[in-house]
This record gives sequence, structure tokens and C-alpha cells, in this order.
Amino acid sequence: MTTQTLDRPTQAPSLKPRRRITGAGFMHGYVWLIIAWLVLPIAVMIAFGFNDTPGRYNQEWVGFTFKWYGKLFELSNLTQALVTSILIAIVSSLLAGALGTGIGYALGRYRFRGAGSLNLIMFATISSPELIMGASLLTLFASLQVGLGAVTITIAHVMFSISFVATVVRARVMTLDRSVEEAAADLGATPWVTFWKITFPIILPAVFSGVLLAFALSIDDFIVTNFTAGTTETFPLFIWGATRVGIPPQVNVMGTLIFATGVLFAVVTNIRSRRTTKTD
Amino acid sequence: MSAPNFSDPSLLRGLTQRRFGRRDALKLSGLAASGAALAACGVQGKGTSTASAAPDAIAQYWNGKVKNGNMRFAGWPLYMDPKQPELKQFTQKTGITVKYQEVIQEMGPWFAKVQPQLSAGQSIGYDLMVITNSFQFTQFRDSGFLAPLDLAKLPNYTKNAADSYKKEAFDPGNQYSIPWASGMTGIAYDRSKTKRDITKLSDLWDPAFKGKIGMFSDIQELGNFGLLAVGADPGKSTADDWEKAAAKLKEQKPLVRKYYDQSYVEALGNGDVWITQAWSGDIFQKNLSDGSDFRFVIPEEGGTIWTDNMTIPVTAENPVDALMLMDFFYEVPIAASLANYINYVCPVPGAQAQMRTDAGKLTGEDKDAALAVANSKLVFPTAAEYSKLHYYVAFETISEQQKFQKTFEPIVLG
Amino acid sequence: MKNRVKRQLAPYLLVLPGGIWLLIFFAVPMITMLSLSLQEGDIVNGYRFTGHWQTYVDAISSYQTQIVRSLIYGAVATIILIALAFPVAYWIAFHGGKRKSTYLFLLLLPFFVSFVLRTISWGQILADEGPVVSPLRSIGLVGDSFHILGTSYAVIGGLVYNFLPFMVLPIYVALERIDPRVVEAARDLYANPAVTFRKVIFPLALPGVFAGVLMTFVPASSDYVNSAVLGSAGTTMIGQVIQAQYLVNSDYPTASALSFVLMAVLLIGVFLYARMLGTEDVMKVAAR
Repeated sequence: MTTQTLDRPTQAPSLKPRRRITGAGFMHGYVWLIIAWLVLPIAVMIAFGFNDTPGRYNQEWVGFTFKWYGKLFELSNLTQALVTSILIAIVSSLLAGALGTGIGYALGRYRFRGAGSLNLIMFATISSPELIMGASLLTLFASLQVGLGAVTITIAHVMFSISFVATVVRARVMTLDRSVEEAAADLGATPWVTFWKITFPIILPAVFSGVLLAFALSIDDFIVTNFTAGTTETFPLFIWGATRVGIPPQVNVMGTLIFATGVLFAVVTNIRSRRTTKTD
Repeated sequence: MSAPNFSDPSLLRGLTQRRFGRRDALKLSGLAASGAALAACGVQGKGTSTASAAPDAIAQYWNGKVKNGNMRFAGWPLYMDPKQPELKQFTQKTGITVKYQEVIQEMGPWFAKVQPQLSAGQSIGYDLMVITNSFQFTQFRDSGFLAPLDLAKLPNYTKNAADSYKKEAFDPGNQYSIPWASGMTGIAYDRSKTKRDITKLSDLWDPAFKGKIGMFSDIQELGNFGLLAVGADPGKSTADDWEKAAAKLKEQKPLVRKYYDQSYVEALGNGDVWITQAWSGDIFQKNLSDGSDFRFVIPEEGGTIWTDNMTIPVTAENPVDALMLMDFFYEVPIAASLANYINYVCPVPGAQAQMRTDAGKLTGEDKDAALAVANSKLVFPTAAEYSKLHYYVAFETISEQQKFQKTFEPIVLG
Repeated sequence: MKNRVKRQLAPYLLVLPGGIWLLIFFAVPMITMLSLSLQEGDIVNGYRFTGHWQTYVDAISSYQTQIVRSLIYGAVATIILIALAFPVAYWIAFHGGKRKSTYLFLLLLPFFVSFVLRTISWGQILADEGPVVSPLRSIGLVGDSFHILGTSYAVIGGLVYNFLPFMVLPIYVALERIDPRVVEAARDLYANPAVTFRKVIFPLALPGVFAGVLMTFVPASSDYVNSAVLGSAGTTMIGQVIQAQYLVNSDYPTASALSFVLMAVLLIGVFLYARMLGTEDVMKVAAR
């Protein structure tokens, strides 16, 4: 997930307390304590990727080693699961991006009959328990005699991602300055040209964050995937299966690398978006 | 990765048919659903009226099937050397490449996972799967999900398998399956924590181990131990015995840490449990790989013996290759090599001599370890061992099996 | 004329593909699930619709303990979450200064690691022979069979851990929207920070708390991963039961019935909660 969506262009000015609020320093410490608590299991995960465990069970700290990084792709099942996860995340985030942008744009721009029901369905998909969504999809596929696999996982991921993309895009479209579009129309641009030349570039960052969000939701999803996967394994499903017999250190290594990539990506896009807002 | 086929007519029908009018949708969303609309979406089963394959079914199934040079194998964790030496030899000998995946960890979840694909007539992505003789075996068979085996193409099996495996009650005459390995369910414990030797089933009911006792979540495994604890033979038990066993297990529940699948090995390893229901080979492998010192016993009251079987899903894409692999594992040196690693009961008696010969070629610690496996009573049980072992509950009808399930389910899930 | 028709059609054309997707894969499955909950049969011979309501009666009587337990766990976790998250959101919103987004980013760090993996990592930390319990035991503070893993504390702790960011963010967004001048004015009026907080800041943050509760209580009550990894035989939650009835026992009718019961209970809970706070807030949250 990226912090981009949180980084709103207009930050409310922070309060300048007339008197120093008692306990602000104490609260600052508390915030760091919470952050430490949040990071603790991640630190453990990273550490055990460097554990020189001899056997199948990566439970006790033995010694420091880099060897699991060298043997990262030695477990073909794990590699396959990761590849599957990435492919499904790419396809589902792009599909959800396209479908969600349509809904988000329409909701942000037009007033039309059915908009209320659509809002309600979106609200329902965002707030419904994943368990219920996954389980009900299983009943649908079972009733239709559709086998489970990568396609059904993708269908499910698109389903729960659409609303998130739409929400992000809608928010951006609502704050759009329409005078730019009107100017384009006055200059004789057709609505089609106006959309692609003017509107789309403006909402593109929102679409991009929506797609990223969908990607993150998809690659980490366990519950819905578990119901719609059949014999296909994704990265979270592999981990879940591996808990039965000891998680290989490679899982820790891949977790670490995914973590590092995600953090790096978020930091870079954040800095870049900051830079572009500055030059605007 | 297997994907549902979008040209499948049933899927297209499902997606394109105008299933509900506006009025219907309103009705349904108001939860005033008419029975008819709801009834339209049933889940079809695949039950066949006859459990056994018709005589010409074998010829019919295998007619026109040819070797394709590759296949996929669904196995269990701790069931093959991760380096897969046997599969490499198979590829060398036949040119068939095998993709082996440890995707099965418990029977219930595996059946639930592949059932939708198999009943849709789609490939599950595997040509060979190892399944236990629990009631899910019957579910697989009665749903018509298992390909009938052509025994004429399994000469090594016919020659080398122990006779007892050829007349197992769950699949008499090996119509659909031949064994991969057998194993025993007993008790594993950490001597340093229990501070005494464990010999009896009643030790699993010892309040001294409160919160440190592990039991299986598999309903049949759990039920079996409940039955043995009340003095009933699982294989001959009645509904009354089940009730008694369930009561006994409910009594034990406050002491139980958790109902485990194969993760009990890890729980034993990290000290979450001191004493647990266990499968024989797992403990052997855990000790061998991690240098731990856990013990495995068949309790005085008896344990259970089960068989995991190689079967071909009826929708397999490469059944001929799968059949060849099945037979390959009955070559004596291959069977010996497998048993040497997995430490489960080997269905090929001739493998013991082979393992002793192989061990003789080694030196030092390796030799001792190899000999220990070759002489292990867990790999080649003696008659005395067998006499302590019981078979699974055999269900005559589905309603009987459902009754069994409903009796024990609330213990695991409750 | 043609253009006007086009313009009127535009929103529908834009909404159509996504809307159909949601309809087929979100709304229709609810109907198939309802149908299944009223069917009888077995997985081998198939399930047939008979309008068999008894499944609901049986399912509820067998698993009411788990339903109630899940709601209690979910509620306790949510209350702890509000208590833990509010000060964090408050400090970042009012004292974060230029580093606001950095702090938020740090709070979101767990999301870069798989949910399952994080929970398993907690299992490792809290294990009976792990780095927390072992030292306590070796200094004799606790007995031999003392454990954290496998207790309801561990399960609720896991729920709180996994859902914390979902509580912090909405509260933060609500607090950050507060016009500083309003607070200034309140300080001038009351002069007492505690009263300012109670009478001005907290009421303005309530929509955020409400959104946070929605985003945490529902998934926490229906979760099964935390209880499966961190719990024991005595902490089974309804999510685990539903999961197992579908994906272990292939008992679709019981599983579907339990799913509907859970959904109904959660919907009623959310509805009552919404009534308590006034429906306007709900619509605001829904529209966000």
C-alpha cells in the first residue's frame, strides 16, 4: 500500500498551542512505542530469514547466514506461488482499475438514477466480511459447476478491488476544477478529446493509486483467495500451507524482499509526487 | 496453474443467460425470495449408483490414452526427499518429467478443494494424487472422481507388493488405488517435559499436562482415539460407541491445547505441546532433521494404521505417465530409497533386504542411520506391532458417515 | 440532440461493466448462498433445494458459543483499538508537524508484509519456548505450563495488532479536518484542555471513530486467521467454524446457514450502532 493517497495536497496547519500541552512529549513516546510494537513481528520475520537453521523447522535461532538469499528460488512450489500471486495481482489490479475508474468517474461527475444503489453496493463490498464474500463466491462457482483456479481468484480480486479504486477516483473527480474542461470545450475540443487530453491526465494519479491499492489488496489476500483457489497456490496460501510442516526460511526472505520493495516503491513515489506538487 | 475453461458451456450459460428480471431482483433483494428462484441454483453432486467399476470401464477409460512425457504429482509434506532422487531416476529411465508438489495436508480440505473442479469435469492440474483411506476416499470413489486402474500395466506392483495390500477393505482388488505408504497413529511426546515415559492412551487425559496436550483435527483420527479410549475397536464400532467416545473426548477438551493438522510437529518442536497424537514417520523425520529427541509410541490400548494411496483423478491429462510412475515406485530399489527417507511403513517387503544392503555400502554415522531405518519397526512393523493396530471405522452408508461426522465435529470446532 | 442522449447515457455506459461485475460476483453469490443454506443432501450425491430451515436451528444450537465468543472478541478488540489508536491519531494530527506523513507511513509498515506472515510471526514471538515466555519462566515468575499462545489474550492481541491501522487512519482523517481556529476558540472559551477535548475535539472526531469501528469490528468478529494461529481449542471463533464447514467438511448447507447468521448478526449490530449515533453519520461514512 502506498501513502500517496494520504498525502493530501492541502495539509491543515498544525496547531500552535498557546501553552505547551502537558503530556505531549509523553504521547510522542507512546506513538513510537506503538510503532515499535507494529514493527516487532516484521523484525522477527526479517531476522529469521538470516537464521542458519539446519532442518525443516525454522524455530530456534542458530546462527547468522546469507545462504537463504542464495537459495531463494530453490523451492519451485514457492517460486511458482509467488509468480502466480504477482500475475493475478497485475491482471486483477488493471481490470479493477479500468472498471473502478468508470464507476468512480461516473459517480464523481454525473447525477444519475441508480447512483445511490451503486454507492450502497460499493459500501457493502468494502465493509462486508471477506469470509462471507469468499464463501458466497464459492457457492456461486459450485452452483454453476465452475472449477476453481487462477481465473476464479482473479474474478474475486477484481470484485473486492473495484470499490476501492472507484472510491479513490471519485474523490479526485469531485475536486476537479471544471473550468479547465470548459475552456477546452470553448476552444472547440470534442468531449472525447477533452476527456483524454485534459481530464484523464488530471485524474491519472488517482487511477494510479487505485491500481496500486488493488495490487496490494490482491497480492496479500488470503481469506477470499482460500475459498476461490481450488488447487492453485498463491504466496499467502503457500505460507498458510507451510505452517503445517515448518515454514522454509525462503518464505522469510521473500517476505523481506517484498517488504523492502514495497517500502522503497512507496518512498520513491512519495518523493516524486512531492516534487511534482512543488513544481506545479 | 489450472484455470477454468471459459469455453465451457456451463460457465458461458451461467454468465450470459438473463437469469433475473428486474422484478425478480427486487423480490430477491427484499429477501422475499421465492423458493423457485432459490431452487434454481443447486449444487449438483457426482454420485454414481454403483461403487465398483463396470468391467469394461477400465478398457473404456484407457482407450486411446497415450504417454505424453510429462506429469504432475500431488503429494503430502514429509513424504519425499526434497531432492526427489526417485523422480530423477524415473525421468532418466522413461523420459517423463514429473512436477511434484506437496499440496495435500489433510484429507477433508483436499477433497473440498478439488471437488468443484472434478465435478465440473476439469483437470485439477495433477495426474496423480496420494489420498488416505478415510471416508474421503469413499467420497472420491463414489463421486466417480478416480480413474479405474489397469492392473496389467502395473507388473512391479503385482510382483513386489505385500499381499495384505492387495485386499484392503476400502478398495478391494485395487480397482482405483495402490498404496504409497502406510503409517501408524500413536502418541509422540517430549520426555524432557513429561518427565516420565508415556505408554497409555489415558496419558492423553492426564490433568498434569493441561494445556500441553495435542489431538488431531481430522475427525476420523480424533474419533478413533476416543473409541480406543473407551475400549471400542474403531473398525467394528457402532453409533453407541461413537456417542461414548465423543463424551470421553469432550471430557478431555479442557486439557487440550489445540486440535492440530500436520502442524502438531511444529507445536511439539516449539514446546506448545508436550504430548500429542502423532503420525509415525513425522517424528522420525523431525528427529533426524533437527536433532530433536522426541519419542513415538503405540499406546498399550492400541493405535491405528492407515494407508495413503496413489490414485489417478479421472480428469488427469497424463494418466498413462501417472500409471507408469505408480509402477516405478514398486521397483524394489526405488521403494527402498523412498522408505529410507520418509520412514513410513513400506508396502514392499523386499525393500528391507535392499535397505540393509544399501546401508552396508556406507560408513560411520551414515551407516548407523541407514541401518536404523532398515531395522525400524515403524518402517517394517513386526507381527506383534500389527496386532496392536486397528483399522479405521468403515461406513456402510453416507448417512452413517454423516452421523459420525456430526458426532465428532462439535468437539474439534466447538 | 444526439449529443444530449449520449451525455445522458454516458454515466450508465461508464458504470455498466463494473456494476455488472459487482452484481454477478457480489450480489448473486449472496443468493446462491441463501439457496444453499436451505438445501439438503451430501457432497457426493449433490444438494437439492428443500427449504430446510432446520439447518439454521441445528447450526445455531451447535455453534452459538462460537458466535457469541466471536462477537465478544470483536467488541473487546474494537474497544482496545479505540483506546490505543485515539492518542496516536491525535498526536500525529495535532503535533505531527511536517512529519505527519512519515508517521502515517510508519504505522502502515505492517501492510507491506503478508497478513498471514505477520500473524505467524506473533505466534513465533509468543510461543511457549519463545523469547517472551521463556525468560519469565526461567526467572521463576511463572509456572512450567504457563503460556500466552493459545489463550484468548493472544487471539484478541492478534486482532488488535492486525487491525490497528484501520482504526488510526479514519480517526486521524477526522481529527485532521478540524479547523484549528475552532480549537483556538474553544480554548478561549473553556481555557481547560480537558474540557476542550471533551466538548470540541472528541465530538468532531466521532465520525472517524465510527468509520474505524466499522472497519475493525466487522472483520475482527469474522476473522479466523488470528484464532487459528494464536488460539487454542477453547478460543474457536465462528469464522473458523464456517471456514471448516466449507473447506474441510464440504458441508455447504451448514456453512451457508452459519454465514447468513453471522452476516445478519453483524448487520444488526452495525444498524443498531448506526441508530445510536444517528443515521447522518452513517451516510457520511457510506459516502466517503
